[in-house]
Amino acid sequence: MKIRTRNRIAQTTAFWLFRFATYAILAAATYIFLDIGIKGSRTLFTTRAPFINVPFFTQGPQTLFVFDYEGKKYTLSDREFRAWKTEHPVEVEATSVAYSAGGVWPCIVGTALLVVGSMIFALAVGICSAIYLNEYSQNTRFIRLIRIAILNLAGVPSIVFGLFGFGLFVIFLHWNVSLLAGWLTLGLMILPAIITASEESLRAVPNGLREGSLALGATKWQTIRKNVLPYAVPGILTSSILGIGRVAGETAPIMFTAAYALRDEMPWQVQRWTDFVFQGVMALPYHIYVVSSKIPQNEYTERMQYGAACILLLLVFAIALASIVLRERTRRHLSW
Amino acid sequence: MVVMENEKITHPAPPLELQKPPEPELRQPVMINVNDVDFCYGTHQVLFDVNLEIPPRAVTAFIGPSGCGKTTLLRCFNRMNDLIDGARISAGSIRMEGRDIHAPEVDVVDLRRRVGMVFQKSNPFPKSIYENVAYGLRVLGVNKKSQINEAVEKSLRASALWDEVKDRLDSSAYGLSGGQQQRLCIARALAVEPEVILMDEPCSALDPIATAKVEELIYQLRENFTIVIVTHNMQQAGRCSNYTAFFYLGRLIEFGATSKIFSNPSERQTEDYITGRFG
Repeated sequence: MKIRTRNRIAQTTAFWLFRFATYAILAAATYIFLDIGIKGSRTLFTTRAPFINVPFFTQGPQTLFVFDYEGKKYTLSDREFRAWKTEHPVEVEATSVAYSAGGVWPCIVGTALLVVGSMIFALAVGICSAIYLNEYSQNTRFIRLIRIAILNLAGVPSIVFGLFGFGLFVIFLHWNVSLLAGWLTLGLMILPAIITASEESLRAVPNGLREGSLALGATKWQTIRKNVLPYAVPGILTSSILGIGRVAGETAPIMFTAAYALRDEMPWQVQRWTDFVFQGVMALPYHIYVVSSKIPQNEYTERMQYGAACILLLLVFAIALASIVLRERTRRHLSW
Repeated sequence: MVVMENEKITHPAPPLELQKPPEPELRQPVMINVNDVDFCYGTHQVLFDVNLEIPPRAVTAFIGPSGCGKTTLLRCFNRMNDLIDGARISAGSIRMEGRDIHAPEVDVVDLRRRVGMVFQKSNPFPKSIYENVAYGLRVLGVNKKSQINEAVEKSLRASALWDEVKDRLDSSAYGLSGGQQQRLCIARALAVEPEVILMDEPCSALDPIATAKVEELIYQLRENFTIVIVTHNMQQAGRCSNYTAFFYLGRLIEFGATSKIFSNPSERQTEDYITGRFG
């Protein structure tokens, strides 16, 4: 009787501990999303039609000018301030706040470019090596060494990847701060995750499909291409969603290799098309870093910080949603 | 390949005594010749000095308790064991129509086209019924629609599945019942017109009625193909095979006409196994 009571108490305690841990995650996530969402939406939306802060989505960051004139308080962006000055040829004492006016359009474009390029690189290399490791290679000492190397690569901090990319691509190969250097650095960073996940998806394809195909006189490559890889793609896509989130959000790997704090031209405004991959871009995570820690803080800087953070969250959600839709489309054709 | 008549299967496979194997003794020609074969998984030897001559256009059954090496030997015939790390024939040779199938110049892809296989666990591809049967032709490079259509129908008829699936060729193979799936796998193997069909316990996951259909099919196919079937079910070996090989602990104990093995085995161990005294 006593033991039974004690068991029941232990079970209830454990149960509540697990429940509390789960709810704590929920609370933290809710707090973060609400905080960013509410403060960010003040920047993203306006109270007048069309209710969306269009300049925030279409302009680059500008300096904010704050001043009093004839008893009215003005907060104007760089461009607006110059226009205002031509209308009012008077001296005003204006406080300037860097980066806090305008929008984040170049950052959105830059982040999208970085994500697409590095995911293409990482998926191509990752899927190929996963196929090799899972389908072709035998379990030799060398292959085991490679697997350990992949695991180690996954544990390397992102700032180290940034320094590596800086040393190799930017300095040694003279690529300067460029999209290409950023793609390769970010790609290498998520490569271990992509390889591991792709291997997992390949391993989940039943062996009977491989044997059945080989027994019909298909070559190994035909078997992989027609009867293994198609069924592994949904799983690979799922896992690459996590990769996208990391690529879009990491600051350290791109701060030395691909990101500019401020650039006036858009990425497509290049002299020759070959310059495209050798240009630095603005990127959302680096922009958030700059506006939150590189400029003097005051009540006008919060607008840009939360706006950019909110956009970054939305962007990652959008890309993740796109890959989920893609995955479901692919999966609908298969069922086992 | 000859198309079978579409007769409805109303009776189980013929009982043992109705089957008259052509001759009680083996003669020429021989389809597959197994000479003094030893087989190892790494350092673990599973086949010892096996000698066997598998006759063409007949059903040869391999029987024996689990782990006796019968599936291993079967998988040697289309070199499926190549896929297993460390698995190798350590002595002896296997010849098909006189040619060593493990010789370095042998194209294993072509060998597997000539030696089809049906697996223990039916493994239709997650594709439509049509695409399952067409798969083998497509990997051979056949692209002509009419040729594929013809081969699919012929194979499905030969595997007695055509009437059941002709109206839903484009639906998923996973919608078929277990027995139909296994017959689809047989149809898939037939489509590339092999000479030999290996069957690794094809009925072990099927109910008696589905089993009867597959056995009937095997019995019919024997007219055009050399069939080697591994089975745990001795009644099955008795019902649908012409020759039977009994394996025990990696050795071939006895090989001969099925009627002889089952009625008058020359080895004591065979008799004990068949009468259920062990195994």
